[in-house]
Amino acid sequence: MAGKERDIKVKIENVVKKFNGRNGEMVALNGVNLDIHENEFITVVGPSGCGKSTLLNIIAGLHEPTSGRVICNGKEVHGTGTDRGVVFQQYALFPWLTVKKNIKFALDMRGVKGEQAEAEIQKYLKMVDLEKFADHYPKELSGGMKQRVAIARAYAANPQVLLMDEPFGALDAQTRTQLQTELLDTWEKEQKTCFFITHDVEEAIILGQRVVIMSARPGRIKDIVDIDIPYPRTQETKMSPRFLELKNYIWSQVYQEYLAVRK
Amino acid sequence: MKKSKLQSDTKWMNRLWLFISFATAMVLWYILSILPSTARCFPNVVVVLQQIKVMIDRGCLFTDIASSLISVFAGYALGFVIALPVAILMAWYRPVRNILEPWIQFVRNIPPLAYVPLVVIGAGVGRKPQIIVITLATFLIMCVTIYQGVININETLIKAARILGASDKDIFIRVIAPATLPFILTAVRLGAGVALTTLVAAESTGASAGLGMRIRTLNNSFETAPMLLYIIIIGIIGITIEKIIKTLERKLTGWQEKREI
Repeated sequence: MAGKERDIKVKIENVVKKFNGRNGEMVALNGVNLDIHENEFITVVGPSGCGKSTLLNIIAGLHEPTSGRVICNGKEVHGTGTDRGVVFQQYALFPWLTVKKNIKFALDMRGVKGEQAEAEIQKYLKMVDLEKFADHYPKELSGGMKQRVAIARAYAANPQVLLMDEPFGALDAQTRTQLQTELLDTWEKEQKTCFFITHDVEEAIILGQRVVIMSARPGRIKDIVDIDIPYPRTQETKMSPRFLELKNYIWSQVYQEYLAVRK
Repeated sequence: MKKSKLQSDTKWMNRLWLFISFATAMVLWYILSILPSTARCFPNVVVVLQQIKVMIDRGCLFTDIASSLISVFAGYALGFVIALPVAILMAWYRPVRNILEPWIQFVRNIPPLAYVPLVVIGAGVGRKPQIIVITLATFLIMCVTIYQGVININETLIKAARILGASDKDIFIRVIAPATLPFILTAVRLGAGVALTTLVAAESTGASAGLGMRIRTLNNSFETAPMLLYIIIIGIIGITIEKIIKTLERKLTGWQEKREI
């Protein structure tokens, strides 16, 4: 799967991000370079505060880098764009809209109307298995269901790159594994370039073709690990010797950084 | 089926409790009306109810109610119309906020009764000072409430909309407006309470009719029974307005997670 001659979808060049905090200047990202290939599933792990989310926000166009640049589809990123979608950890559903209308919001923004919109809504509701909850408000849904709606809405916007900021971080372990499986299914069916942030090493390995390990602040890329386990991956994959080997390696790398943060 | 039976059971229980509460109040009122120390200010129920006819015969009950309602609604509507844009400007533009907010907080803590005489000197007697005072008081409370709502909008929702391709106009109409609506309705409810509270102060000077003005006049002639009647009428108007707004809130913002202010 991890072909070498694929097109580069997103190119991150020397990205530096500094914030002016109460204790003076804080360097969140210190020269990040990364090429993300078309239809690649890339996962990012690192200790909290390492700048993972800052990097995602810069790719999304929600923040401007202090120096360096991000190129998506050959164009330099300034501001948000519909070629990049985001799934937030806190779901970010519009609470005054039903499930169906949350998905419709994305279609409205694309200018999809009438019967075609209706057909797409049904398609995405089906994709996340929430057809029965089309007319429910977010407050009536569980955390896992809310995140499914958020994923459906992100897909409905039809971005080429899907950025996910610890989307399953707030969910219980069972729901999380279920959503991981569903996300992989969807990704295998409707190929998209995925950039997925997590603090869970197992999650990073089960989902990603490559795992990016970030160092403690100021954030840099410490290592990139190719995950040579073929898809489809299931929960049983987590028992395989290769998985455990990779998990041990990546975990030890992340742990070193975690210790660095504590100092 | 079982659920609806349960619901109708709770409904009946609620009604029963309301009845018990009402009966308790009546008994208490009766006791107050026969105790020597409180009998003067708490005439008994029958006497108070008879005052309805007395005040109608005097030709003032309906004009008083109408006059007060006109002042309250005019002042309240004006207060809202000013509060909404000011609150939004305060939330969006730092200079507007920095200049206005300290003064809004300052004036908000002065009881309207204190500045009524000043308003009368400026605006003369009649309906004008009443409307000015009610406008001012309701503006202050509604402005603060709506402003708090707008600055507390979940920023992730705005980000999410932008990511989905929303323009500034889309964001205003489809995100900020609905996200602010619950706070606007809360402001409307709090404003209604303040409007009534301020009414009595507003009518205290040179009014020719009105519930608040009549209470003061009756006070001069020690007519406690019609006074009590008027006080109860103000209470009924207040609770009716609150009920109407609460129904509106439930209809318009039922999507919200439960929250009471």
